[in-house]
Amino acid sequence: MTLGRLSWDAIPFDQPIIMGTSAVIGLGILAILALVTYKGWWPYLWREWITSVDHKRIGVMYVLLALVMLVRGFADAIMMRTQLALAAGGAQGYLPPEHYDQIFSAHGTIMIFFVAMPFVVGLMNFAVPLQLGIRDVAFPVLNNVSFWLTAAGVLLVNLSLFVGEFARTGWLAYPPLSEIAYSPGVGVDYYLWSLQIAGLGTLLSGINLTTTILKMRAPGMRYSRMPVFCWTALASNLLIVAAFPILTATFAMLLLDRYCGFHFFTNDAGGNPMMYINLIWIWGHPEVYILILPAFGVFSEVVATFSGKPLFGYRSMVMATMAICVLSFVVWLHHFFTMGAGANVNAFFGVATMIIAVPTGVKVFNWLFTMYGGRIRFSVPMYWTIGFIVTFVIGGMTGVLMAIPPADFVLHNSLFLIAHFHNTAIGGVVFGVLAGYTYWFPKAFGFTLNERLGKAIFWCWFIGFYLAFMPLYVLGLMGATRRMQHYSELSWKPWMMVAFCGAVLIFIGIALTVVQLIVSIRQRNLHRDRTGDAWAGRTLEWSVPSPPPAWNFARLPLVESTDAFWVAKQRQNENARAPADAYTSVHIPRSNPTGIFLAFFAVIYGFAMIWHIFWLAIAALIGGLLVGLIQAWRPEREIEITPQEILVYEARATGGAA
Amino acid sequence: MTSAELVGGDGHAVPFSEQGPAPKQVVVGYGFWLFLLSDIIIFAALFAAYAVLSGAVAGGPSGPELFDRQRVFTETMCLLASSVTCGFGSIAVQRRNQALAYFWMTATLVLGALFLKQEVAEFSAMVALGAGPSRSAFLSAFYTLVGTHGMHVTVGLAWLIVMLAQLATLGFQPMVQRRFFCFALFWHALDIVWIGVFTIVYLGAH
Amino acid sequence: MSEHLAAQGSGPGITTSRHASPRSYIIGYAVALILTFASFAAASTHLIYGPSVPILLGVLAIAQMGVHLVFFFHISSAPDQTNNFLSLAFGILIVGLTVFGSMIIMANLNHMMPSMEKLIDMQR
Repeated sequence: MTLGRLSWDAIPFDQPIIMGTSAVIGLGILAILALVTYKGWWPYLWREWITSVDHKRIGVMYVLLALVMLVRGFADAIMMRTQLALAAGGAQGYLPPEHYDQIFSAHGTIMIFFVAMPFVVGLMNFAVPLQLGIRDVAFPVLNNVSFWLTAAGVLLVNLSLFVGEFARTGWLAYPPLSEIAYSPGVGVDYYLWSLQIAGLGTLLSGINLTTTILKMRAPGMRYSRMPVFCWTALASNLLIVAAFPILTATFAMLLLDRYCGFHFFTNDAGGNPMMYINLIWIWGHPEVYILILPAFGVFSEVVATFSGKPLFGYRSMVMATMAICVLSFVVWLHHFFTMGAGANVNAFFGVATMIIAVPTGVKVFNWLFTMYGGRIRFSVPMYWTIGFIVTFVIGGMTGVLMAIPPADFVLHNSLFLIAHFHNTAIGGVVFGVLAGYTYWFPKAFGFTLNERLGKAIFWCWFIGFYLAFMPLYVLGLMGATRRMQHYSELSWKPWMMVAFCGAVLIFIGIALTVVQLIVSIRQRNLHRDRTGDAWAGRTLEWSVPSPPPAWNFARLPLVESTDAFWVAKQRQNENARAPADAYTSVHIPRSNPTGIFLAFFAVIYGFAMIWHIFWLAIAALIGGLLVGLIQAWRPEREIEITPQEILVYEARATGGAA
Repeated sequence: MTSAELVGGDGHAVPFSEQGPAPKQVVVGYGFWLFLLSDIIIFAALFAAYAVLSGAVAGGPSGPELFDRQRVFTETMCLLASSVTCGFGSIAVQRRNQALAYFWMTATLVLGALFLKQEVAEFSAMVALGAGPSRSAFLSAFYTLVGTHGMHVTVGLAWLIVMLAQLATLGFQPMVQRRFFCFALFWHALDIVWIGVFTIVYLGAH
Repeated sequence: MSEHLAAQGSGPGITTSRHASPRSYIIGYAVALILTFASFAAASTHLIYGPSVPILLGVLAIAQMGVHLVFFFHISSAPDQTNNFLSLAFGILIVGLTVFGSMIIMANLNHMMPSMEKLIDMQR
């Protein structure tokens, strides 16, 4: 039983930074496992979280995963900023190029696939069924499987730190560098397999949520009565279903090149590396819209709630969202204007890229008009929203600037580009998910997060972002390129140092996020949400207790307008709280271990393929197949919640005042 | 006769979009339809790669030299017939007719296996000639596109075997009937992809 | 099952009594056979003007895919099929953009940015 190309050499004993980090992480994980065992929490965790098919639990786990990976991805970021603040002129900094390359590759991969995607998917998972007035998503077991497949990808990526190495190709692994001839090690294989596994989870999640939104809304909730967050979730999930298969296919082709000597993207035998770049960006551009659309949805909800007014221009919001959904598939070439397709092709895509800015502009105006004339409450989610509007507009403008091919020829792959996409990713996606996190936290856990710390976190991110990335715009215009480990121009150094200060501020913001969680848990009784309606909300999730029971709604609401909960509250309608006599039995699905077991075999399969331990890979596939067969024969027994149980729960949750 | 629509309290028909969550059959069917569309998009990427690389023979053999239209015709007949037998089998499953369900689904299995047998023979013959996937980009694209379709057929046949086992052990439970529906959709979709394959790859080669 | 009211429309291939007949499969099979024969014949004979053969093959292929969708999948523009129809349209759009977009872009790239092998060939 060989171990393929795995040997003790795979562990980087000679690299103290990595060994130290791995030791700390390893000890940390052991400590947590020991604590859980000592306290006897395993049965609870297994039953209520690990095997849970409840969308609310799964959503929370996704967000937790994202937050943990944010720390890992940010560690990479601060290492890069430190290196660049040091390595000017003849100085070499402290990170040799082959490490630096892995760090920027891991940073991008982790931030996009294992922070932004899980965060966004987690928020959608948590909020969409509640907003739609239903009990769960269309396929609850599949939902659990999707989460654990994503976690499997996370585990593989993190294993690369300790056993072997990561890719040195950047976060998209362009050939020919990523081909076997130029990257013979395990790094690119870690990248490819962890993303194929996680990508499958994401695709299944896209199918799940699209089906939920289109086929399972509460009675009366026609499409034009759906909350805007659900519309953006629909667009985002449609994009997932449409775009992720292309990622899967393209990575499969690269894997075939690497493992079986195929010639899709090689330099010889007729291969065409440019084809990879074309295909990968057909996925890559919709991907950024997959991330930003739910963030837009969060802002729509927050702006309406905290302005005390209905969202301005519901129809144009929906149309803008669906327009972005379709248009996102006709702009991808702007990522490779400089690859040489010629002026005509570049012109088409340049114009299309400028056009796609228009619906976003419509959205911004709608948010502003919602705020105008409203009674604005400046709570933490509103801070994020206003910060977003300012910051994202700047990022969007630099994007439209680069949409002009001649300008892009100067700025492509410069730090200007890096500044642009961090501008939109941080100002848009990060601000959006952090707003959503603060906004829905009380619904998930029954108490609000500490406001003062929340505002401090905002200011750290906001000021930190500008300090970290505005200098990069300047540096890009001065000629600095991306992915450089050192530079000879001493005049760039002051800008790099300012950028480093920004990164430190963001670091403080992230640290405060952890502190905020601890403090808020400690203070939870001071900040209880006893009514379920923590923010004077407008949509249906605020009509149930915080946290909601497993069945969400005692009775599915009958929806008669948009902002259904707000309208019901105004009318003091009985639908605001269901009357006690109308309950019938509710059936909810049981917990299911299929997801965690499939993920277990997926990790083994991925690891085995990476290290060429092919017998183990086959064994893992068989294991996964067996798990699937067991699930296929599992009877569909559900848990019955009787009307009495619902009555008792409702009475307790509302303190007797129904 | 159109599908039933609810009539609301005001006498007007309640549109589908307002009737509340759909029955499980509809939800599962639609979800699987979306999955099939995503699968077709994987094939689109592979077709795109094939279209771009079909000329990149690297001095090696090209399509017309290698392809045997007679065999492709036979394969097409097998797969198309298996789609029809699958359709008849679906009706039998819906009508809970065990004997006919076994008969037609087994026919589907046999025809699908015949298709695969010929494809494996084709690939082996080509590899023996030195026209394997690592010979050129064109061949890489060919084997991947046609091979991915073949892999889907293989998985489909394995799934069908599992479904027949489920029928034998669990009978016509709603869960089993839904899964047969999904299988039938999958099987028809594979025939649609094959239309693209034989047209573009085999008949299009000149 | 098919007696239930079809909230949110029907799934594809959902058999209400309208669909649960062997007829649609027999008709679909017959038409598909004709189209298949036509395709193979068109590609083999020299009776048809050469440059138009690819277009004819394309039309025959699309027609046959349509036959499958209508007779085997029971997709239609009926109100209970709206979701399925729109999803299919979206899927076709993406397939078209991917395949034709890639072909146009790669043709332009290959023309402007030939590979080393081609460059060496061009210098001969």
